[in-house]
Amino acid sequence: MNKRALTALLLLLTLAAFLLSLMAGKVWIWPNSWAADNADGWIFLELRLPRAVLGLCIGAVLGLSGAVLQGYLRNPLADPTVLGVSASAALGGVGAIYTGLNLLPFGLFTCAMLSAGLSILLLLAISRSGGVMGFILGGMVLSTLAGALTAFIISIAPNPFAASEIINWLMGALTDRLMADVWTALPFMALGVALLLSTGRALDALTLGENGAKSLGINLFRLQWIIVLGVGLAVGASVAVSGVVGFVGLIVPHLIRALYGEQPSQILLPSALGGAILTLTADSLVRLVPGPSEVRLGIAMAVLGAPFFLLLLLRYRKGTA
Amino acid sequence: MTLTVRNLCFAYAHQPILEGIDATFDAGKFTVILGPNGAGKSTLLASLAGILKPQTGTASLHGTDITRMPPTARARQIGLLPQGAETHWAISSEALVALGRIPHMRGAGTSADDRRAISAAMSATATEGFAHRPVTLLSGGERARVLLARVLAGEPEWILADEPLANLDPGFQLDILHLLRQQAEAGKGVIAVLHDLQYAVRFADHLVLLHQGRLFAQGGVDDVITPANLADVYGIDANLFKDEEGAVQLFIKGKVRP
Repeated sequence: MNKRALTALLLLLTLAAFLLSLMAGKVWIWPNSWAADNADGWIFLELRLPRAVLGLCIGAVLGLSGAVLQGYLRNPLADPTVLGVSASAALGGVGAIYTGLNLLPFGLFTCAMLSAGLSILLLLAISRSGGVMGFILGGMVLSTLAGALTAFIISIAPNPFAASEIINWLMGALTDRLMADVWTALPFMALGVALLLSTGRALDALTLGENGAKSLGINLFRLQWIIVLGVGLAVGASVAVSGVVGFVGLIVPHLIRALYGEQPSQILLPSALGGAILTLTADSLVRLVPGPSEVRLGIAMAVLGAPFFLLLLLRYRKGTA
Repeated sequence: MTLTVRNLCFAYAHQPILEGIDATFDAGKFTVILGPNGAGKSTLLASLAGILKPQTGTASLHGTDITRMPPTARARQIGLLPQGAETHWAISSEALVALGRIPHMRGAGTSADDRRAISAAMSATATEGFAHRPVTLLSGGERARVLLARVLAGEPEWILADEPLANLDPGFQLDILHLLRQQAEAGKGVIAVLHDLQYAVRFADHLVLLHQGRLFAQGGVDDVITPANLADVYGIDANLFKDEEGAVQLFIKGKVRP
């Protein structure tokens, strides 16, 4: 199948997954009642629509960020968490819940986004040399530090209810988000995605190593800024609005490479689509699992994703060996 | 058409690598940079390619400081084949060669000019046969030619190659040397860092011999490759002689006795 047809297929699947996410749930809401003036219509507008839009955006952001970071670090194990931006945004969110700032309008989002922004500035300061090593180490330090502080806040939570609220938020979910959440997060995500989509040619050049890329006129210092800003804004905003949803950024670029080949620029847009499809589908499935409360999306993703990824790796290795 | 370095100095963390290098490189010539490990050959080549900024002194192309040229304009003029034959993803040979067009690309996709240059580079290096094979599945000799084709695809006036013969068998080494020679004869400035003195003697028009970060000698083969210079710089006892076809050959007898 050629790449145009594949991309058309992915677009179609994205649309299908989006529609599924609009309809699926304990109550199925069919298109004929989307505009209805009753409970179904209300559920659709107030719950399903923001949830589906967020699923689409967050999935796309995570898939794209994973593809860009794997390309930049030339390492297929990289994912959006390597920069420590997700952990920092999560710390900000947890801090907001602990202090009660999350009760203010946009309090949680603002805290998480500020924390993500701080981590971006720190990363840029740490990795000023433009080298990959400083970048990875900086990300690791930030990630560990933010993780430890998050654990600390949980440990000093005033009561079990607060601790459980924090943990629940951390696990990542798209439940009960409002259109207002969507509108707050969207500009950050859009800017981040635009920055990340512009990196294709530079990532391709890095196929030849850092010196090869430099000799082709690529400014690696500038590339690093674009990536830190792009991932920081886009992933920071997604964590701020949905908690940490893992695995999408790691797994999607691999699936896309199997279809599109390994050239970094060729997998950017498809990885965004793939991330959206995976997230929307998983988020629809968690709603359909019977039980009193929903499985958290972040958990479902890991539980479903890990064995699938393993299977894929085994097949892939058999294929190339 | 010359690449010139004037009083070039470079140090990594106060450890001097290059000190006061003055040299001129001409278009249409195959220049070989020689010197033992750690002499500063790669650093000199990287300065000429404009990817390393010297602490003092300048490298200039027709009088323009290379580090002040816009990177894309510089990349169109000066192509670099970096050390180590690094490639990171299993992309096709053709896609790899196409990377050489990056300095010429505006907007998305490849132009007719790009496609012409890519196919010319692949035919010059006889790599069309495996255009669609992933570079990860190529043999060392095939890969070296594809990587050289990548540089040629950019149609630079200057071709800089850092140890292009490393890890290749003699037949493949000669393939690469002949390709570089051809480019020099076609009017390009070719500058290569080599370790093999025998090849340097046979293929170079001009030699630059570095020793401990300083320029030890430069000039034609007869001026630079002398038993005395080789003993001083490499610590080897070597003979030069003319073979039955009249070509100068080098024979290394052993280390210089202390």
